[in-house]
Formats: sequence, structure tokens, C-alpha cells
Amino acid sequence: MRRYVQHSEHILIFECDNVKLLFAVAAEIGAAQGGGTELLNLLRIMVLCLLGSAANLRAQPADVDGEKEIERYRAMINDPMANPGYLAVDRGEVLWAMARGGKNVSLEKCDLGAGPGVLDGVAAHLPRYFADADQVMDLEQRLLHCMRTLQGLDTKDVIARRFGSPGKTSDMEDLVAFIGNKSLGMKYQASLSHPKEREMANIGEAMFYRRSAINDFACATCHGDDGRRIRLQALPDLSKPGATAREVMASWPAYRVSQSQTRTMQHRLWDCYRQMRMPAPDYASEGITALTMYLAKLGDGATINVPSIKR
Amino acid sequence: MVRIFFLACLLALPALAQTPDPARVEAVVAASFASAPAGWKSRVTQDALQEICSLTRNQPSAAQAEAITAAAKASVVLPPDSAIIGDWRNGEKIAQNGQGGQFSDAPGTVSGGNCYACHQMALSEISYGTLGPSLSKYGKLRDFELADARATFAKIFNPHVTLACSTMPRFGLNKVLTAQQIADVVAFLFDPASPVNTDTK
Repeated sequence: MRRYVQHSEHILIFECDNVKLLFAVAAEIGAAQGGGTELLNLLRIMVLCLLGSAANLRAQPADVDGEKEIERYRAMINDPMANPGYLAVDRGEVLWAMARGGKNVSLEKCDLGAGPGVLDGVAAHLPRYFADADQVMDLEQRLLHCMRTLQGLDTKDVIARRFGSPGKTSDMEDLVAFIGNKSLGMKYQASLSHPKEREMANIGEAMFYRRSAINDFACATCHGDDGRRIRLQALPDLSKPGATAREVMASWPAYRVSQSQTRTMQHRLWDCYRQMRMPAPDYASEGITALTMYLAKLGDGATINVPSIKR
Repeated sequence: MVRIFFLACLLALPALAQTPDPARVEAVVAASFASAPAGWKSRVTQDALQEICSLTRNQPSAAQAEAITAAAKASVVLPPDSAIIGDWRNGEKIAQNGQGGQFSDAPGTVSGGNCYACHQMALSEISYGTLGPSLSKYGKLRDFELADARATFAKIFNPHVTLACSTMPRFGLNKVLTAQQIADVVAFLFDPASPVNTDTK
């Protein structure tokens, strides 16, 4: 299994490694929270790990069994009780109510589209057009706007910490996880009534097919067809609406087990451009919102599952 | 001259429904990568081929395709016959290596070809992608002919020689791989001793 570790960027780490990862997740929950219920969760996960090990002994490395093993791994990590993404949700709740910036106020009067302070369901309609900024904004752009205008906060530090890493949390990832989770179980409805929203979706679609950089890659190179894989990693077809696009649109932010971080769509697309050999896209830029708007159009009707848990 | 022909083809492109003004798209892209370091700026803008293949979604018209393949053929720099087939062992490493060219790579990282990301090659490697066709037994199926090895070198150098708006990178033209690296990958495909040709799984 050495090879899988070597190519961990694209390959699900399975066999014994999933056990190691789940122990890591369990340890993280234990360290961050402690206490009786968490200890029970820890024990539950350990039992899962042992069951996993037993299953691994029987697993065969042939192609078909490999696919089954990947599915089994996915099922194992898709356990909300073991999802550290909820730690980000909790941190986000604190940040939302924390007085900060030159005006020393919280974000609680921030208008995310349904009126000042309304959180329930707002993520189910973002990105959307905001008349006060005369711009289509995703959740990150809108939060930065509120931090600047409402709180008088210099967002330099927040943007520097836009993507968390071990020992360094990201206010933006935490806030997006908290606000996204407020739409858990709701139907995602893309906002496409304003001409600027439709324009952004169309620009995003053009960007999806736009080839560039030293490898001539477009998003469509990998995500333009059904049933393709890169190495062993299945690639979602994002060229048409349907169940696949809905699953993608409904499941960000997600806790990434391989990165031990809760990630948002901003990070997902940043990482796609890295693999496309493009420069890093600017955080909360118009192009990222355009691509998100294109995906939103395809994913319309999805049932929101945030934070989800992914490899 | 070829460039002018490309432009003419672009102007003739029928406006697709919902297609936004390409200038507006380019402005959004430019603004979204405004912080790109100096050495990376050229990756944000498109060359003529990227532009046509993007706007037509890799379905160029017959005239566009003809112009693209002609330009691709003219771009290929073939080494002498003695240097077409290199060392298959190096070629296998290059086919496995997905590093290089990413903003997360250390400066000076040598790029791999990352062939396995998209292609099946040696059957013993089960971790292969399916974005491209299987290349298992590639040389054997071609009787290890030098002419085919030469065509394969050209294909890796610039895949538009055989298929206009191919989704495969132009490894040679864009200097992702050196001529020696390409020859080594050709050897991985064409050497009778290479696992691409000997593996029975």
C-alpha cells in the first residue's frame, strides 16, 4: 500500500491508513472537547477502526474490490458524530457574536441576504446579488464586506488566515461552517432572478471550459464527463445539472480528513487551480464567485449537508 | 499567418446562446488572478489554440482543426532517430511523477509527465486514471516500429498533431518535459522489455 500513500493527493488512503486517520480524528475530538459523551464517541470510533481492520484482512487489492473498499471507506468517514467539522461550527458561532474592529461590534447585524442578522436558510441562496454593494457575492465576500463596513475591521489578518492549518484556525472557514450549518437539511435554491446573477453564472460556465497555463487544462478537462477518474479518484461530472452536481453543491464546507481542516468552496477551487498549474486565484475574487454561481445553477435543488466530511 | 487564420476563425464562430462577451470573461479572469507573481502572469492569458479550444469546447470546425494540426506539426522538434527511444526505467518514473508546475511546488522542482493520472500503462499499476485511453501493450500492438515511436514522440511533444483540441498537455512545446524525458516516456511505451509491453497483470 506504499503507493497509495505516495499519491495521497488523488488517491483515497485505505487499507490500514483509514484506521490511522480515524484514530487521528478521534484524538482531535478528544483533545478539543474531552468529557463523557466525547469519550463514548472515541470508543465508538475505535470499534469502527477494529471492524475496519478485520474487513481489511479480507479485502483483495483487485480493481473491483478496490472500488468497494473506497465506498466502504467513504461510508466509514461519513459519520456526523465523528465529524470534527462541528468544531469549526462552534468556533464560528463565537466569532459571529464577538465584538471586533474599529466599531467594536459583532457581526450579528450583518445582512446575508434575508435581512440583518438572519442566519437560517441564507446559505441556501448564496451567492446572490447585494444591492448595497451592487455586486454578486458569495458568503466569504459578504462576510468580508460586513467586517469592513459594519465592524470597521482591517481584514488583512483574516485574509492572511483564510485557509487554516494545524494549530492555526481560519475565522473565515469557521464562520462559513457555522452559517452553512444553519441551512442543514434545507433545499438549495440558486439565486438567478437578477441579471447580474445570471451574468455571473454564464461567466462561470465560460471559465469552466476555459483552457490555460502550461498544461492547457480547463475545469472541464477533469469534470466534463461521466464516470472518469484521475488515478483512482472518481471525478464528479460538473458539465450538467443532476445528482452529482447537487451532491457537490450541497456538501461544502466540508471537513477534509486528509487535511485535518474544514474547507470551503473557496479552498476547493483554489486547490483545483493549483492542480491546473495556474497561479493561486485571489481570495474572494469575482472569478471564484462566478464559478460557484455556475455550480449553484447546476446544483439547484440539492439538500444541504454542511459541514460534510470528505477524504 | 497561422495566427491571422485563427483570428478569422474566431470571428466566424457563431454566438452560442448564453455565451457572455469573451472580453468580459477575460477581464474577470485577469482580475481574479491579479496577485499572480510576475513569472506566472503569462499562464493567466491564453494563446490562440487555448482560445479556440475553449470557445468551441474542444469541438473546432473543420477549418479550425486543419489550421491547428498544421501549426502543431510545424511546432514539433524531433530528435535524431537514435534519440527517439530513451530509457524505459526513467520513463516509468516520469509516468508516475505528478509533481511540478504547481504554485505549491518548490522552485526548481523537475516536472513529471503524470501519465498515470489519465492513462492505464503497465497492467501491474492499478492506480491509473481513465481520462485518456489505455496505453497497455502500446509498443507491442505497433510491432515496436520506429516510425510509430517517432509519431508518439511528436504526440507527446504536441498532441494536436493528431487531434485538434486534444485535452492532453503539450508537454514538449510548453517545456513541461525535456526532449530526453519525452524519449524516456516513449521508451516506456516502446521498449519490448518495458512492463507496458510485458505485464500480464
